[in-house]
Amino acid sequence: MLPNHRLVGRVFLFIGIVLVTWSVLSTFGAGRNQTSAADARLVDGLAAWQQVYSVLTSPRCINCHTATNYPQQGDDRHRHFANVIRGPAGKGVPGLNCASCHQETNADSTGVPGGHNWHLAPLSMRWQDSSDQPLASAAVCRALTDRAKNNGLDAPALLKHNETEPLVLWAWNPGRRPDGTMRTLPAISHSEFVAATRVWVEAGTPCPPGK
Amino acid sequence: MATYQLNVNGQRKQVNVDPSTPLLWVLREELKMTGTKYGCGISACGACTVHVDGIATRSCVVPVSLIGDRSIVTIEAMAQDPVGRAVQEAWVDKDVVQCGYCQSGQIMSAVALLKATPKPTDTNIEESMGGNLCRCATYVRIREAIKSASQQLS
Repeated sequence: MLPNHRLVGRVFLFIGIVLVTWSVLSTFGAGRNQTSAADARLVDGLAAWQQVYSVLTSPRCINCHTATNYPQQGDDRHRHFANVIRGPAGKGVPGLNCASCHQETNADSTGVPGGHNWHLAPLSMRWQDSSDQPLASAAVCRALTDRAKNNGLDAPALLKHNETEPLVLWAWNPGRRPDGTMRTLPAISHSEFVAATRVWVEAGTPCPPGK
Repeated sequence: MATYQLNVNGQRKQVNVDPSTPLLWVLREELKMTGTKYGCGISACGACTVHVDGIATRSCVVPVSLIGDRSIVTIEAMAQDPVGRAVQEAWVDKDVVQCGYCQSGQIMSAVALLKATPKPTDTNIEESMGGNLCRCATYVRIREAIKSASQQLS
């Protein structure tokens, strides 16, 4: 038999070891949980970005995000007819402005699409290379999140832009072609596009690796 | 059918037409202003060009319902406009016209160019006039006339 005071001491030592071990393990576990949550948010954000990218590179959007001095038209993204050019402000030139044909709304009887402030995106927001091929997902993402290129939009402003900008909304209401058929829409709905943008923004606007 | 009050060359005009009717046909058929020409009907040639709030506009593809209260100016009013008059005089002086069918549209685009760019370069002229086609290929004389009008106005 051990004397009483030695027994009490060993009991306290045992309890102390248990408490320290529990504390260390619980702290380690919480860190792992936090890391897992951050990883999951990043994965979700990148997946959401790919949905956003699918819209940005649809013909309804990318036809006016060219790297050249002219817009494109049609699902085959051919050069805009009638010798239309970009002009200094992305709105054509005097005598041949975007507004020479494109009005505030679609003109379904003549097949000319329209929306408020119809214009080309600035060259800093080009989503194509000089051969008219869409830039890779990472490159578009980097451009879109660069406030030196995106007209100073922070992440909440990017979300608002995708929610409310008239020319963004036009992509889901593109009107009829001159032959009377409907123009095609982006692959996902506008509400899905906004939801994906929100997930991407809340994840910190992550961009995929690569060029 | 719907009734529209249009501001054409500074005058109020009332028309009762289908909302989808292109402005060109309102001008030509309803208001009997035949100076503005029908060329292609798809805004590819520029023969139908008028000014809508100062913007050179292809009237063949703009439904009358989208005009609103904006002012419309046609070739018929160019003789009363200082820039329009200078361009028309330069057109005569340089003997630009051959068949003449596209020329009202050419003049409307040239006037829009000179009002925005009083001293246009060759590139300015080529870019601004690139949407106005001339099957007689009077392009060289058009460029000369625009430069002549520019000098006359300066």
